[in-house]
Amino acid sequence: MSENVKKEKSMILQKEMIGGLFKDLGNAKESGKKVVYTFVPGNLSELIRSFDMLMVYPEINALQSGMRKKSDEYIKEAEKWGHSEDVCTYVKCDIGMMLNGNIGPTGEKIPDPDLLLLSYTGCFTFLKWFENLEKLYPGVPVALLHTPYQENGEITPEMTDYMVKQLKNDVIPKMEQISGQKFNPEKLKTILQHSADTEDMIVKIFDTTKNKPSPIDAYFAGVYYIGPINIGFRGTAEATGYYKELYSEIQERVKLGLGPVTPEGEMKEEKFRLVVEGPPNWTSFREFWKLFYDMGAVIVSSSYTRVGGVYKNGFRHDPNRLLESLSEYCMGCYTNMNLKQRVDMLAQEIVDYKADGFLVNSIKSCNSFSAGQLLMMRTLEDRLGIPVGFIESDLVDPRYFSYSNIKNRLESFFQMLDQRKLISV
Amino acid sequence: MSKLKELANKCEKLSFDLNFKAARKWKMEKEGRVIVGYMPIYFPREIIHAVEGLPVGILGGGDRKQIIVGDAYYQSYICHIPRGIIEMALSGHFADFDGFVFPSICDVIRNLSGMFQMSNIGKFAKYMDFPQDFSSEIGGKFYIQEMNSVLSKIKKINGVELTSTNLNNSIGLYNKNRRLIEDIYDIRQHSPWRLSAVDTYHIIRAGMVIPVEDHNIILEEVLEEIRQDIGEPMDKIKVVITGAFCEQPPVSLIRTIEMAGCYIVDDDLMLGSRWIQGDIDNTSDNPVRAISEAYINKSTFSSSVYDVGNPKSERLISLSKKRKADGIIFAAPSFCDPALLDNPIYNKACDDQKIRYINFQYHENIGQFKVIKEQVGAFSDSIKLWETDA
Repeated sequence: MSENVKKEKSMILQKEMIGGLFKDLGNAKESGKKVVYTFVPGNLSELIRSFDMLMVYPEINALQSGMRKKSDEYIKEAEKWGHSEDVCTYVKCDIGMMLNGNIGPTGEKIPDPDLLLLSYTGCFTFLKWFENLEKLYPGVPVALLHTPYQENGEITPEMTDYMVKQLKNDVIPKMEQISGQKFNPEKLKTILQHSADTEDMIVKIFDTTKNKPSPIDAYFAGVYYIGPINIGFRGTAEATGYYKELYSEIQERVKLGLGPVTPEGEMKEEKFRLVVEGPPNWTSFREFWKLFYDMGAVIVSSSYTRVGGVYKNGFRHDPNRLLESLSEYCMGCYTNMNLKQRVDMLAQEIVDYKADGFLVNSIKSCNSFSAGQLLMMRTLEDRLGIPVGFIESDLVDPRYFSYSNIKNRLESFFQMLDQRKLISV
Repeated sequence: MSKLKELANKCEKLSFDLNFKAARKWKMEKEGRVIVGYMPIYFPREIIHAVEGLPVGILGGGDRKQIIVGDAYYQSYICHIPRGIIEMALSGHFADFDGFVFPSICDVIRNLSGMFQMSNIGKFAKYMDFPQDFSSEIGGKFYIQEMNSVLSKIKKINGVELTSTNLNNSIGLYNKNRRLIEDIYDIRQHSPWRLSAVDTYHIIRAGMVIPVEDHNIILEEVLEEIRQDIGEPMDKIKVVITGAFCEQPPVSLIRTIEMAGCYIVDDDLMLGSRWIQGDIDNTSDNPVRAISEAYINKSTFSSSVYDVGNPKSERLISLSKKRKADGIIFAAPSFCDPALLDNPIYNKACDDQKIRYINFQYHENIGQFKVIKEQVGAFSDSIKLWETDA
């Protein structure tokens, strides 16, 4: 962020929270806290927290490595180790980082795991990733939670039952064993109440994009907003406090009729409102974002910010249905929804947030998102008559970020949106 | 032409009939019959057979179908098989199919089920989630629910109720099928020259598109031929091929490997047909549960199954030793996350065990084999010329 851009209180709060988390991780050995490696989609952060354990998210490490321009060397390291150029770069970046000493974003070593918790939700590659991690950390126990896919666009009682049994039979006993603590339902109940409160705030925050101009960018800034809930703070009073502060700041912007804050300050004119499908590119995040705000394009909704949980449909963690609620949370994550559900959700958002266009950022690494996106795009175009655009990049492999290609495509897309506006006038 | 060659040619025609004429003919012969297409890798075909259905394996267009529409559905960095399948679906190849099952294998096949649903292809398109929990009471129960879900969709089409008698009969037929296939592999292990890898491939692949009863007859006839001392051994090494369980290599690639000096003594090309290791109980009062138990306890190793507690690298090495192979060829389709992400683990296990191996990638309509031939040839030569028994 440019030096002359004033940092909001929520930004400072978030920085402190994340800094504290990595400090705790750095001190894990001294404090005796156990460390669980797990994934963002379908994360059981509340359950882990109820055992006073710390969480490490390999894909968060990978994206931070991407933003710190470290992913290139890590990926090459993993490729030297035998990984194909074709496979998921999050996996390779994470493995490369481990092979290079597992140094986190604060410069401290991330502690080795005491438990590998594979919450297999919405991404088959997670399985393969943890098979590789298991080899890198031999002897570390693995708990697997298989989340059934919403193939028929619904969560059935049988699916929930399957997950609850896995939690009771495998996940919780392993957590008890590692942490040395008995499962404490009362403690988890309190944590889940915090989660539900946080989720209320999340929905309110992302709903502010209904305003014109939108006070936030729901994609580029949105990924920062979902940071705390996606890296283990869901279920804490800290998170609720952070989101209340963020919401009040956004409300203030709405009152003043201000647009989103960008790394170069406030966006002056909102020309285009977009809904974006797919994760962002992390290696050139700033340049990527700039391509949008320079053109007056603001993202009013994105699927990616739902990858760690979908709350707009009314789902909340329920303190009265502990394990059922955790299971339904996992099954409800965006990439665990079938294509028809995804399209319906995106269509609703395009309408609700009065988007001018729909854009796909197709990620080479992520088949869970990418396979089917072209059909989704055409379906939305047919159903809503909305202009659609398509760009390609990667998560953390800089070799797949072509600035000129993306810029050319975006310029054409924005020209199309301009033309459409002229016609409709 | 020898009887064996006749059988192999017949199977080749069946395997690559992209209009599935044999299946269509079977369906026309009796009212109420249904055709259910299934994608790789494994699907419990017994349950379809037991309710007057024909399970038909769908492996894409390979190198025999020009992709025009399919490329508009997939980005360049997604593997080739789904674009061939969608091309076939949209150009009428599956016209007589009633439904489709997409077993859990990867995100691409999973999302392909959604594409079929959105495009209204068939009367149903079901993603079948296979449990990754391998306990009878949890994963096994879930798997039974998944099978029942498929059965309920078929019942809606033809009204046929599943009976234990029928399902036990179907289980028996598929048990026999797997035993016959394993017999072929066992013979090929000690005398691979009796039946080429290409012919073996055609003979086993044909079983994916015809009734199991017919396939069992073909397999018995093949076995009758190859139990005789036919053919001449050549100076080739023995290899196991792995990684090719979903998107199939073109037949020319299999032939190339053979011509470059290798006998392929085991492979995962038609892994779904060999998934269950041994027989499924066909005397049970609850045969659906028996299938589930077999999946839980008798599944082979695969890139699509999480392997904690039973590492696939050890199982691959055991297979290689059982087949007395000289080396392993890791042949995986481009952009296949499941297969490719396994390779470093497999490679390291081979290094530790001093098992020779090579890696290469292909796609189903690859047309240039020179580089692979040179690579495989060098691999074969290096073992033949410089490896010592010590």
